[in-house]
Amino acid sequence: MTLLRFEDVSLHRGGRLLFEGVSFVLGAGERLQVTGQNGVGKSSLIRLAAGLLREASGRIERSPLALADDNVAVDRELTLKQALSFWDGSVGTAMEALGIACLAEVPVRLLSSGQLKRSTLARVAASDAKLWLLDEPLNALDGDGAERLSRIIDAHLTAGGAVLAASHQAIAGEWPKLELGA
Amino acid sequence: MIGALILRDLRRGLAGAAWLPVAFFLLVATLVPFAVGPDAQLLARIGPGALWIAALTAALLPIERLIEPDRADGVLDQLALHGVADETTAVAKIAAHWLSFGPLLFIAAFPAAVLLGIDPAALKRLLLSIWIGTPGLAALAVAVAALTAGLPRAGSIAGLLLLPVAVPLLIFAAAFCGDGSNQALALEAAISILLLAGAPFVTAAAIRAART
Repeated sequence: MTLLRFEDVSLHRGGRLLFEGVSFVLGAGERLQVTGQNGVGKSSLIRLAAGLLREASGRIERSPLALADDNVAVDRELTLKQALSFWDGSVGTAMEALGIACLAEVPVRLLSSGQLKRSTLARVAASDAKLWLLDEPLNALDGDGAERLSRIIDAHLTAGGAVLAASHQAIAGEWPKLELGA
Repeated sequence: MIGALILRDLRRGLAGAAWLPVAFFLLVATLVPFAVGPDAQLLARIGPGALWIAALTAALLPIERLIEPDRADGVLDQLALHGVADETTAVAKIAAHWLSFGPLLFIAAFPAAVLLGIDPAALKRLLLSIWIGTPGLAALAVAVAALTAGLPRAGSIAGLLLLPVAVPLLIFAAAFCGDGSNQALALEAAISILLLAGAPFVTAAAIRAART
């Protein structure tokens, strides 16, 4: 089953051609890492896959998806559990998996950037979307966080999901690479 | 989702500085007698119009926190990814903004009317015009907030955008408060409905245009 398909996609940003001719297919149980230098368009490709940007040409097919990027999208004045529950009712397991269950009653504004990163990943893990889009998922994560991330990714792939990640760092596991700007 | 979104925005609106526009409204009402002098007859005559000017300027105060925090924090993106149309988000934001602003302004009109010596019949007309005009004003504020989201000095630009468009609302509201003509009230209602109907689409288009 195809969860995400790019067919000869190009993207313009600010009047400049960012990339062109990008084609790939992501099916159930598959993962793909977008790599490349800073400014080559990794994040833009993720936002394009999410449907938040429009492609200049080509075709994109996508199934329901969940996105984790640098924007936390949780209300700072609430406790972490309340804030995450706004998006998905059952966040307990996901918070457990990311090691932030103990922070459930802590107001979001007191969390560190690593804890916020784990929260955005927990929001994705709690959603029932098959397709995960992760933009720089390792940013601000410590060793334990990175390990937990690779564990939830493995579990998600085993359950028939797919993951598209953009990162210039190496993510644990066997990742086919899509190099932008090569 | 739309109910949850309205509740969330309402909670944030009230937890933030919901009293600020109201305090500002009352402050302007207090200034009017100082500016035009203690002539009770004159004050009663210009009172409703002055309060409407106060209401318009008070509506500008919360504009910067209506859309921009959610845009910057990715909430608008996540809502779209959760299958909520940008238009639906806009409707929810308008409803929540009105709920945190309209009723409080309505209540504040009572002490303001006392300050300006507005008689009970004119107060009744003022309250009716606030009831009918503030939903349109809330819709306009959300649309302007979306249009200026992310701009530097968005607050001042928002004022330049909002106040001219609010002029028809002001004209007919003040006309109704003055002589109680039903035509003025009908026209005020028509403009309020027009703003309510158009604002969600303007807001949604602005949200989409701001996505980069």
